[in-house]
Amino acid sequence: MMNRRQFCKRTILVAGGMLLPLAALELFDPQSLKAGKEGKGKTRWVFLVDIHKCVGCGFCVKACKIENEVPYDAHVSRTWVERYVITRDGTVLIDSPNSARDGFISTKIDQNHHGMAEVKAEEITKVLLVPKLCNQCDNPPCVQVCPVGATYQTEDGVVLVDRKWCIGCGYCIMGCPYGVRFFHPVYNVAEKCNFCYHRLSSGMQSACVDACPFGARKIGNLRNPDDPVTKIITTEPVAVLKEEYGTKPQVFYLGLSMEVK
Amino acid sequence: MVHGELWTIKDFFVYPNEYIYWSIQIVMYPFMTGLVAGAFVLSSLYHVFGFKQLKEIARFSLVFSFALLPCAPLPLLLHLQQPLRSYYVFMTPHFSSAIAAFGIVFMTYGMIVAAELWFVYRRHFVEQAAALAAKRHGLLEELLYPLFTVLTLGARDIGEAALHADEKAVKFLAATGIPVACFLHGYAGFIFGSVKANALWMTPLMPVIFICSAVVSGIALCILSFIVVSKLRIFINSWKLKYVTGHLSDLKLKEAELAVVTQTSHYLLIFMVLAITLELLDLIFRGYTAVKSWDILRSVIYEKDFFKIFILQYGLGNLVPFILLLLPGLNLRRIVISTTLVLLGVFMMRWNVVIGGQAFSGSFAGFMEYRLPLLPVSFETFREGLCGALFIIGMPYLVFMLLNRVMPVFGAHEAE
Repeated sequence: MMNRRQFCKRTILVAGGMLLPLAALELFDPQSLKAGKEGKGKTRWVFLVDIHKCVGCGFCVKACKIENEVPYDAHVSRTWVERYVITRDGTVLIDSPNSARDGFISTKIDQNHHGMAEVKAEEITKVLLVPKLCNQCDNPPCVQVCPVGATYQTEDGVVLVDRKWCIGCGYCIMGCPYGVRFFHPVYNVAEKCNFCYHRLSSGMQSACVDACPFGARKIGNLRNPDDPVTKIITTEPVAVLKEEYGTKPQVFYLGLSMEVK
Repeated sequence: MVHGELWTIKDFFVYPNEYIYWSIQIVMYPFMTGLVAGAFVLSSLYHVFGFKQLKEIARFSLVFSFALLPCAPLPLLLHLQQPLRSYYVFMTPHFSSAIAAFGIVFMTYGMIVAAELWFVYRRHFVEQAAALAAKRHGLLEELLYPLFTVLTLGARDIGEAALHADEKAVKFLAATGIPVACFLHGYAGFIFGSVKANALWMTPLMPVIFICSAVVSGIALCILSFIVVSKLRIFINSWKLKYVTGHLSDLKLKEAELAVVTQTSHYLLIFMVLAITLELLDLIFRGYTAVKSWDILRSVIYEKDFFKIFILQYGLGNLVPFILLLLPGLNLRRIVISTTLVLLGVFMMRWNVVIGGQAFSGSFAGFMEYRLPLLPVSFETFREGLCGALFIIGMPYLVFMLLNRVMPVFGAHEAE
C-alpha cells in the first residue's frame, strides 16, 4: 500500500515528467505579434492607387501572376482590376473578367451566371477602373483568425503566409472583407498579395508597380516623409476601402467613388 | 481547378477570389458537435437535476455522446487543405483565433465524458473482470479479460460506500460537463459569429443560437436512436424467444419506452421554443436595423434561400414537429416523424448559416450558389460532397456499436 507521502512524491514525479515534453511546445503570444507590429521600424510599406490613371489594360495582373507563380489560367489572382459602369438611371454594373488579366477587351459586362450585359454608350455616365490588391491592414483580421499563426505581419506592415505551416482551414479567407485571399491551386494553402515582399526586400518595386504603364500603382514607405507616395497620402484627398470593418487598410486610393465596393 | 470552383456558381459581380470555401463539411461540423453537446445535456438532466423519468435514456445518451465525440472533428479533418498538418493547432495554437481553442475545449470535454462514463460503468467493469477471471476459455474472453482489468484502473471495491462515492462523482462530473458542453458548442457558434467580414454570421447571438439548437438536435437524435435501438432489442428478443431457449426478458419494453420518449420530447419542446425565439429575434433585428448589408441579406433570406429557410428549416423543421408533439394522443410513430423533422430542421439551420453566409459576395453586388457534389468521382468530391457527409453521419453508430460491447447501455448495473 502507498502512503500519502509516497503518493505525493510519485504524483509530482509523473506530473513533472509529463510537463517536460509539453515545455517543447511553442506557444504563440499575440502580444508579441502586436509588439512587432507597433515597433518603431524605419519602414511601413503602403500602396497608392490612382483610379484616374488606370485604363484597365491588365498588365499588372499578368505581371503579378508570372512573378508570383500563381497559375496563369487559374481563376484566382493576387491582384485584379474591377470595372464599374454607371448608367444614367443609376444602375451600377461591375465586372472583372478573369481578374482582368487580359484587360477589358469587350464593352459587354460580365454578369457571370446572368451572361453578358450590354449597355449603350450614350447611357453611360461614369466608368471607373479600380485595381485591387491586399490592403496589408494595420489591424489584419486574417492574422487574428489564423489558428496556427501561419499568417503574420512583418515589422514593415506586410502580411505574409507561411506555406509550410498553413493548415488550409480557410478561416483567413473567410475573415478577409476584401476577398483578396484564396487557396493556391498548387500548394493548397492560403495565398495572397504581399506587395512582392521578396522584391521589396531586395530594393525593387512590386511587379505590378513596374508593369503599370500609366503610373496608376505606386508603392511607398509611410515612415519616410520625403517619399512621393507619403507626400500624396498626407497632402491629398485619399480614401481607403471598407473602412467600417476597422481593419485600417493601407492601400490608399485617389479618385475613389462611392460606387466602389 | 481552384478549390471551390467545382461547386460554386457565381452570379452578377463576385470578387474573383471568392468561392464557397466552407462547404458541406463545415455544415457537418457544428451539426455533429451540436449532437455531442445536446446528448450530454440530456443525460445531465437526469444525473444533475434528477429528472427520474429520463433514467433509461440518460445512460444511452451519455454513451452516445461519447460515441459522437470522436466524429465531431472528422468533418474538419476532411475539410482541411492540409489535413496532415492538423496537429499544428495543438503545437502552435494562436490564441487570438477561435479555432485555436478547439483542441483544449474538445479534450477537456472528452475527458469529462470519459471520466463520467468510467464512474457510471465502474461496477460493470469490476464485475466483468471478476466473471472473466473465473472462466477464460475462448479467444474472446482471453482478449476481454485484460481489457476489463485495465478499465477498472485497479479500483475493484464495489462495496456500498464505494458505489455511493461513484454516484457523487457522476453527479459532479455531469454538472461540470454542462457548461463545458455548452462552451464546446457555443464556441463553434463563436467561430462564425466573430467573422466581421461576413454580414450574415456576425452577431453576438450566434453562440447562444448554436447552443439552443444543439440541445434540440441532441435530444432529438437521442430519442430517435433510442427508439430505433429499443425496437431492435425487441426484435432480437422475440427472435431469441422463438428460436433460443432461456431468454425471457424485456416483454414490457414497449410501454416503458413510450413513457420515456414522451417525457423526453417535452424537454425537446422547451429547447425548441428557446431556439426559435432567438433565431427569429436575430432575423427581426436585422430587418429593423437594416444596416448596409441588409439589402443583400434580404434578397438571400427572402428570395434565394426562401425555400431552405422558411419551408425546410422553419416550416418542416420547426413548426410541423412542434404541432405533432403538442397534439394529444402522442404515439411512437409521431415521435419518430417529429424528431426526424427536428433533426432536418437543425441541419438546415446549420446549412443556411454556413452556406447561406457565403451565398452573397463580400462586394454585396453578387451571389454565389452552392452545388453539392453528389457522386464521389474524385477524392475532392468525396470529402467535400454528399458521400463524405454520409460517412460522417454513419461513423457515430459504428463507434456506438463498439462502445456498447464494453459499456452496455441496457441492463448493466451502474452508479445512479
